Amino acid sequence: MSAATSTLSPATPTAAGGAPEQPRRRRSGRFIASTSLLYAILVVIAIIYIFPFLIDVATSFKSDAEAASDPLSLIPQTWTTAAYERLFLNSDFPTWFANSAVVTVFVTIGRVFLASLAGYALARLDFRGRNVIFAGLVAVMSVPLVVLLIPKFLVINQLGIYDSYAGMIIPLLVDAAGVFIMKNFFESIPASVEEQARIDGAGTFRIFWSVVLPMARPALITIVILSFQGSWNELSHFIVSTQSPELTTLTKGVASLASGQLSQGTQYPLKLAAAAIMTVPVAVMFFIFQRRIMNASEGAVKE
Amino acid sequence: MSASVTVPPTAAAPRSPKSAGRPSGRRAPKGIRKSEGIAGWLFTAPMLIILGLFLVVPVLMALWVSFSDWSGRGSPFASGVNFVGLDNYDELLAGGGLAERDFGVALRNNAWYVLLVVPIQTALSLFLAVLVNRQVLKGRGFFRTAFYFPSVTSSVAITVLWLFLFGASGAVNKVLSWFGVNGPNWFQDPSGVVHNLLATVGITQGPAWMTENTTLGVSWWDWWAGPSVAMSAFVLMAVFTTSGTFMLLFIAALQNLGGDVQEAAMIDGANGWQRFWRVTLPQLRPTLFTVLTLGLIGTWQVFDQIYTGTQGGPGKTTVTPAYLSYTSAFESQDWGRGAAIAFVLFVIIVVLTIIQRIVLRDRPVSKRRMRAYSIASSQTANKEGRP
Repeated sequence: MSAATSTLSPATPTAAGGAPEQPRRRRSGRFIASTSLLYAILVVIAIIYIFPFLIDVATSFKSDAEAASDPLSLIPQTWTTAAYERLFLNSDFPTWFANSAVVTVFVTIGRVFLASLAGYALARLDFRGRNVIFAGLVAVMSVPLVVLLIPKFLVINQLGIYDSYAGMIIPLLVDAAGVFIMKNFFESIPASVEEQARIDGAGTFRIFWSVVLPMARPALITIVILSFQGSWNELSHFIVSTQSPELTTLTKGVASLASGQLSQGTQYPLKLAAAAIMTVPVAVMFFIFQRRIMNASEGAVKE
Repeated sequence: MSASVTVPPTAAAPRSPKSAGRPSGRRAPKGIRKSEGIAGWLFTAPMLIILGLFLVVPVLMALWVSFSDWSGRGSPFASGVNFVGLDNYDELLAGGGLAERDFGVALRNNAWYVLLVVPIQTALSLFLAVLVNRQVLKGRGFFRTAFYFPSVTSSVAITVLWLFLFGASGAVNKVLSWFGVNGPNWFQDPSGVVHNLLATVGITQGPAWMTENTTLGVSWWDWWAGPSVAMSAFVLMAVFTTSGTFMLLFIAALQNLGGDVQEAAMIDGANGWQRFWRVTLPQLRPTLFTVLTLGLIGTWQVFDQIYTGTQGGPGKTTVTPAYLSYTSAFESQDWGRGAAIAFVLFVIIVVLTIIQRIVLRDRPVSKRRMRAYSIASSQTANKEGRP
């Protein structure tokens, strides 16, 4: 890549009058060569990144024997939907899916609302203790999540919400990083609009709800994406907050599948079908908001 | 509203010429301040309650448990639970028993994992960002999507896929066989990669000073085993799933760089390679710092993959401190030890982040160079300065 750009630089102004043809041809030859090298590298890497997912989907339609004997081919010799039938008709998979969906919806709604509420207060409202709260938030963000595995269980247990939807959802409702993103966003929009509303006599919540929040759509979408993805893919929290089979989520259920429950032998088509299905919602989300996701991390890191 | 003018550090204040021109008939400065104070606390209350209840309280509670002999039954604050001081920590760090050995092995496994994953994912994501960021590139969106997609999928799904791809006769070994390489049985192979490399040159036994000395119950020779073959598969997985995220961070940073410095370097005759190392990379330092910090924090917390994929096997070579903390508490019911492991891990992460911050800090520019800069900038200022 660097070679390609460097060929652009030695454009000598004196050559323009003399023999312009020769250098240009040589230069374009090198340019084409380096460009095709660039594309070749990119295509090879892209294949490495995409191919595993294609194998995943292809293998889920194979028979067990074929999955073992021919793990690379993308077209099954005999198509079978046995794995999917087994998952949907003969296992707890639908329950897992429903649980994940319920948790994800509530967590996403909760996070969007609470993060924007707190973010707005930290960015715009002038109140005693604001700086302390903000410092606390930054400190909290630096606690590694893994440290919380055991203690979260302890608190959930003490509060009597172990093994319930409340225990699964409430602890996930606030995400410090989300508050941070919203705060940064609110600081970037001009305050004049709110002041106009304030002159008109609107209360603080009213201003927040009907004036500020509609302007914050890009940041809200970012939070929706992050929360959806985060709660759909969450595993460790559900391990420590639930034990009954009726409350198993997709991540927990598929993890138990992977370690050999429900199945005799390897049963790769079954496991890979489960993995493929649990990828679909995030994949759909990803492709809908693709543009936004590609810019989301910029907003998150800007300080 | 003149009250807000007296609070310059807020973002809103500098924009207050309008508020200064407010109708003075509305004499509500005090009232607004007061209601803002109440609203501020009301707005942040849900966040404070939830973060307090499920982050601050748990950490304090676990700190107590790590100093107690709580067995997991009843409340950790019940009268039957005793304060045992540093016993749990002592057992881990100097106990001489199985607990110390297990912890040593877990640290070894995770340290090799960090050592490999952090540099590789940082370099790869920067490389991908530079490739994809080129203006003339056709299909930039496609390549970005392809590289980023693994990052959005769940670690459980990817682990399941990885178990299949890296099976004994799986896709990876099939591809390796095209090149005449006889691939290992990845997730069943506990042998260390460094040991295996040494074995190819005939070294299968460490020198006495390495096999006889131990740290945390693990001999120095075993510390140098390297990641097991099974752990290497997890290393590849981590690189596969995180390089996309960090690529986006680097792309964002690259797009924020002004083109003029590049142009200046170009005019000065620097070639592409020099421009990357001398001009682009130094400008990316803040992002590099972010990526390394996030990488370091993330890689010390490996849990999902181990829980889903190997449960610590083969031969305990994929046990990580995070996973060991979980099994000590939830499976062996040794809650004190589990909590102690979590806090030691916490300390490790904090210390490493601080060290990294010191190493990568912005060094003060030397005086000589500073003078050169100020001359240069005053010259350009003279040229560009408006008369």
